[in-house]
Amino acid sequence: MANMAQAIRMALHYGEEHLGVTDIFGEDVGPPLGGVFTATQGLKTTWNSPLDERGIIGAAIGLALAGQKPVAEIQFGDYIFNTIDLLKLAGNTYWSGNGEYNLPMVVMTNVGAGIHGSLYHSHSFESMASHIPGWKIVLPSTPKDAYGLMISAIKDPNPVMYLYPKMLIRAKGEELIPGEPEDERELRRMIDAPIGATLYDVIEARDGWQPSWPEGLTDYSIPIGKAKIVREGKDLTIVTYARHVILAREAAKILENDLGISVELIDLRSLYPWDRETVFASVRKTGRCLVLNEDTPVTNYGEHILHHIIDNCFYELVAKPRVLAGADVPAIGLSAVLEEASVPQIADIVHEAVAITTEEP
Amino acid sequence: MDKKLKLKILDIMITARCMEERMAKMSKSADAFFWLGGVGEEAFNVPLGLLAKVGHGLDYDFFHFHYRNGSTMVAMGMDPMDQLRQTHNRATDPFSGGRNFCNHYARKAWNVVPVTSTIQTQMSVAPGTAYAQKRHGGDGVTVVTFGDAGTAEGDFHVGLNWSTIKDRELPVLFICTNNAYGISTHYDEVHGQDNLAQIAAGYGMKTKVIDGNDVEVSYEALSKAYDYVRKERKPFFLEAMVSRLHGHSSSSGGNRIPDGKEPDCLHAWRDKLVEQDLITREDYDRKYQAETRRMLQLLEEVRKEPAPEPGDIYNYIFASV
Ligand SMILES: Cc1ncc(C[n+]2csc(CCOP(=O)(O)OP(=O)(O)O)c2C)c(N)n1
Repeated sequence: MANMAQAIRMALHYGEEHLGVTDIFGEDVGPPLGGVFTATQGLKTTWNSPLDERGIIGAAIGLALAGQKPVAEIQFGDYIFNTIDLLKLAGNTYWSGNGEYNLPMVVMTNVGAGIHGSLYHSHSFESMASHIPGWKIVLPSTPKDAYGLMISAIKDPNPVMYLYPKMLIRAKGEELIPGEPEDERELRRMIDAPIGATLYDVIEARDGWQPSWPEGLTDYSIPIGKAKIVREGKDLTIVTYARHVILAREAAKILENDLGISVELIDLRSLYPWDRETVFASVRKTGRCLVLNEDTPVTNYGEHILHHIIDNCFYELVAKPRVLAGADVPAIGLSAVLEEASVPQIADIVHEAVAITTEEP
Repeated sequence: MDKKLKLKILDIMITARCMEERMAKMSKSADAFFWLGGVGEEAFNVPLGLLAKVGHGLDYDFFHFHYRNGSTMVAMGMDPMDQLRQTHNRATDPFSGGRNFCNHYARKAWNVVPVTSTIQTQMSVAPGTAYAQKRHGGDGVTVVTFGDAGTAEGDFHVGLNWSTIKDRELPVLFICTNNAYGISTHYDEVHGQDNLAQIAAGYGMKTKVIDGNDVEVSYEALSKAYDYVRKERKPFFLEAMVSRLHGHSSSSGGNRIPDGKEPDCLHAWRDKLVEQDLITREDYDRKYQAETRRMLQLLEEVRKEPAPEPGDIYNYIFASV
């Protein structure tokens, strides 16, 4: 099965060929590297930008104003913070001109901890992003969703922020993307650029290299704003997204097998707009809920979800609903001990789930 | 410059001046919450608009304007009534539907992208339209305008850098209208260069510094600069020294500065054309008074137009898929 980087690459390829993508650019996005996480290898519209995040977002806005369809990458979500006023401008361009200019642009960047990335390769950005109106925000947790959400992001005539979890970039999928070859070694041979021991070797190995894209790729898309019920359950709803879908799934197995607690797990996939109906229906069924993510806890996006759960499902709740988020600290430390103390782990999720499900009304 | 053009420029300068004077007055009454504009930049900004290739799409020029380009818009063909509509925040304001300050244009039909209040961010955005134009071919250029103080922002360097990459130079006409002040801070207090073109020159682009109060100097320099960018598909940096005749904005009063403190380019052009016997002083006064009256009449019409509805805030947040 494809990993998330390959899935994104295939979706971008489909976007260039069929959906009018004109520019895929950012730091080290073009040849020879094709992205520090390989997500842009072998594509035909990629180019390397200056090391300048404000310039990248600005150029994407300009390209979109000029009728192009750019996909801009910020190399790490940790370095997107200095672009916030440009992101705000992108988000208010359509509104400010009373509908004169809409901006069909995608900004992709990776977020979250889990790769022992220390202070500046571990940031979350989704809560901050949700304070920038005018953007749609998506976060895939599987390669197949990564493909489908990228196709939707490209098709959308508005700015879309595509945040993908660093931790999951190399994780293989469990489901084939439509058109993906069944044999993953075959896929690697087709679309992974040759490697080399040093940059010089990479350049030499890739000289003249062309990917051979799977022919059957489709415009398989995940609608923006549609959540997925990852597993059904009856005792507790866990609402999460991105990397924590994977951790919550592990926690759910433990809860089921060891404690007989049945968890319904929802992967939001989109944070703006978000799938209120799927969440509310589940909470009404289970009466108990945990909103889970790894962003810092103050003005956390999970609080927004919780607020709406309380507003809409208050009388169906049988236990205090909770948010489990990252620790209230300035950043993630390098040591595994520090990182694990900062970001909710499987044991923390189990602990919280037990507390909610054993609480008596 | 032939006689016809000289008179045409004078007429546009008068219209733009009377429009802005009316706007400044509006900000002193319930007609407007705010004024800022380009009174004192007309000698430069009118030719900037007259020499532009105005239309929609990549074959035409793109404009990333500063908030002092009213006379450029008039030269491009804007009906002053539209500017009064925006100043009076009417629903009929074609640039923002009553949402934005005056001089914050957005007109897709002319490639005028939304003017933003965030100083200098247009320098980070301009390379995007220029990049698309260069790839497209043709002779369309990207025009980006800004003041002197804003060049201290990082975005200034973003624009210069992205436009001068080897073999990927971009067709951008950088226009700095240097009025020697930010809001109140003087140039000398915050810059170490004799002029800002020196910084641009360091990026390897052609530059020129001119007296932006002189119509003929401005017209000639702009013709050459536009021409260079159109043909060479490379950037050019033009710095025009201009006046600021009503101060920074209505926040600093919006009042006319004392006579003699800074040159008035409209008066200078008037006197020159009188001297050349192209007009009489009486012709000028008549025109000026007629335009002043016309702006008031337009405002009276605009006052009758509807204000936005509360529900309008929800329009145009997302374009439909
Ligand atoms: C990013 C940003 N910082 C501060 C301001 C407030 N502000 C508005 S105009 C201005 C001065 C701008 O001076 P200059 O760039 O020389 O342009 P001028 O107004 O003189 O044409 C300032 C500080 C702003 N609008 N945007």
